[in-house]
Amino acid sequence: MTTTQLEGSAPAGAPARAQRSGGNKLVRFIIVRFLLIFPTIFILVTMVFLLMRTIGDPITAALGGRLPAEQLAERIHEAGYDRPIWVQYFEYIGQVFTGNFGTTITDNRPVVDVLVRYGGATLELAFYALIVAFIVGIPLGMLAGYLRDKWPDAILRIFAILCYATPVFFAGLLLKLIFAVNLHVLPVAGRASVRTELSLTRVDNPTGIYLIDALKTPNPGAVYADLLQHAVLPGVALGLLTAGIFLRLVRTNVIGTLSMEYIDSARSRGVREFRLVTNHAMKPALIPIITVIGLQIAVLLGGAVLTETTFEWKGLGFTLAEYLTARDFVAVQGIVALLAVIVALTNFIVDIIAAIIDPRVRY
Amino acid sequence: MASLTGPRGLINRLPIVHQLRQSVGLQRGMLIAGLVITGLFVLTAILAPLLAPYGYSTLRDEDGVFGAQQPPGGKHLLGTTVGGYDVLSRVIWGTQTALIVIIVAVVLSIFLGVFLGLVSGYIGGWVDRVLVVIADGVYAFPSLLLAIVAAIAISGGQSSFWGGIMAAAISITVVFIPQYFRVIRAETVRIKSEAYVESAMVIGSSAPRIMTQHVLRNATRTLPLIFTLNSSEAVLTLAGLGFLGFGIEPTAAAEWGYDLNKSLSDVTSGIWWTSLFPGLAIVLAVLGITLVGESLNDLADPRLRTRRRADVAPAPTAAASVVPGGSLTDAVDLDSLEARS
Repeated sequence: MTTTQLEGSAPAGAPARAQRSGGNKLVRFIIVRFLLIFPTIFILVTMVFLLMRTIGDPITAALGGRLPAEQLAERIHEAGYDRPIWVQYFEYIGQVFTGNFGTTITDNRPVVDVLVRYGGATLELAFYALIVAFIVGIPLGMLAGYLRDKWPDAILRIFAILCYATPVFFAGLLLKLIFAVNLHVLPVAGRASVRTELSLTRVDNPTGIYLIDALKTPNPGAVYADLLQHAVLPGVALGLLTAGIFLRLVRTNVIGTLSMEYIDSARSRGVREFRLVTNHAMKPALIPIITVIGLQIAVLLGGAVLTETTFEWKGLGFTLAEYLTARDFVAVQGIVALLAVIVALTNFIVDIIAAIIDPRVRY
Repeated sequence: MASLTGPRGLINRLPIVHQLRQSVGLQRGMLIAGLVITGLFVLTAILAPLLAPYGYSTLRDEDGVFGAQQPPGGKHLLGTTVGGYDVLSRVIWGTQTALIVIIVAVVLSIFLGVFLGLVSGYIGGWVDRVLVVIADGVYAFPSLLLAIVAAIAISGGQSSFWGGIMAAAISITVVFIPQYFRVIRAETVRIKSEAYVESAMVIGSSAPRIMTQHVLRNATRTLPLIFTLNSSEAVLTLAGLGFLGFGIEPTAAAEWGYDLNKSLSDVTSGIWWTSLFPGLAIVLAVLGITLVGESLNDLADPRLRTRRRADVAPAPTAAASVVPGGSLTDAVDLDSLEARS
């Protein structure tokens, strides 16, 4: 439980050999974990490909009924969808590993462009949501764990379950109803007001991440104020979902660590209760949080699709929903495959961080 | 009487009854609240034809059409939707859709997931390794996105009543199988090395017999727990699919997520009843099932269980954790199971 120190900060007296083998283990873990990314991506992309092809070729799905049969057949031939499925499959896998995720049918755009254009917005939303989750989930989780089985704990646990039980889009609709429509204190939808969006598109080399682009605008203060006003409701709607999970996780682990002997010993040395919880019991309890953040990235991406649709937040999820409505399944397949790659990569990074912090993870 | 209701009687060994007797105080309150809400949900679903004032796709009665976006009151207790349906009726009929989807999804995923987990864990070798990598890959992926892809594959995105229900249920199944797989496989690997399994091998029992008679029976103790978690997740996934337009057409069945999607534009103009009630229905359904699951989880985890009732002897089913071994990681794993919505 107490082995939270970094590999490099081993006590000076520790035998050099043990230290070296620990380092080798870490390197080995990183290499094995890195190699595991490829089968994961491969499996997901294969699954998505096969599932999407069970309904036939995407061109008929998107344009069937709107084009005469000859033109349709011609377009299918041009795109190569009349070839055997395994030829298409290997071509697709090859394309994915070279970073080509296809071209959308409805507006003829490479899927990678869609990511570049809208990825920043989704990243921003996930960032806001994580901040909300940390601010709400961790302190409340500590409180609930410390006051275990007393009434604040009961209320907090019900709050955590409610966070989980409320679909993000319903939370979003409620927040909109209360704060935007009835109280008029926050904007109803969008990432920024029209004027701010205009000034943001005028900056040199826009990144699409408004938080960064805003620095280059002539009046960053006003732009940031506008951006944050728009961010509050979507950030809270999506963040509460993760906050509930953090709360429960911190609570469980704080309960676990509070019963450890080193807590009793710290208490007998006269460490104050507040410090006992926030420092002594908290540090080991935070390790599982890091592991769970990896899974939360996937949850946040799924939730982002719904949150973005609710708030017309023009990110990857919003775009995905639009392509879904337009029945452009090449775009859907491309975006989903791309997200699979992103999820696999973030999970890799999170696992490595967890392994560096907690030596027990390395196997 | 004695054999059925005594401390070790049949009734007390049933999963939920046992935990109910074992619990005290707050945990008991949560479990009972969960059971009551879940019970009401199931009852509403069964009695929907009697409870609902109108059909889910009724647009008119003898006095003429209902009219769109009528505020609550009068003939329409909860108002009407933008499409002119009665909100209360659609909320009530929606329980039926949700319940059917839960049942189909959970039954399908239990059978497939348990079967794959059992075989993979028992046989081991490269089959096991391949299946674990596949399950982990699917597990790490945003489940809603996977459900979208599966829904497209199954229904092409548009659906009739059973088509829509099966599409939703099967999409959810695809997401759930890895969860059952992981749990059952881990249990199987642990049980495989127990002495009684080895003795069964020695006396020449066949592999299928060992798997069903010896391993499966001891590996299923965590199932009620995942069962509840997945039921609540099924409701959320169904609503999410509906919200993105993969719901069931309003003429085919009532589905809460679809209604919420249609109410998106109402909200901006201050019309609250079209979104509030279907949304609350989702929250209540998920809340009830989650409260049950949560209580089962706590009662099964020795670190979280508060006290036992003194008069009830602990039964073996009480000591269940989803992932045997690491005491720290099993809580994480449970939470992450639940975290996937």
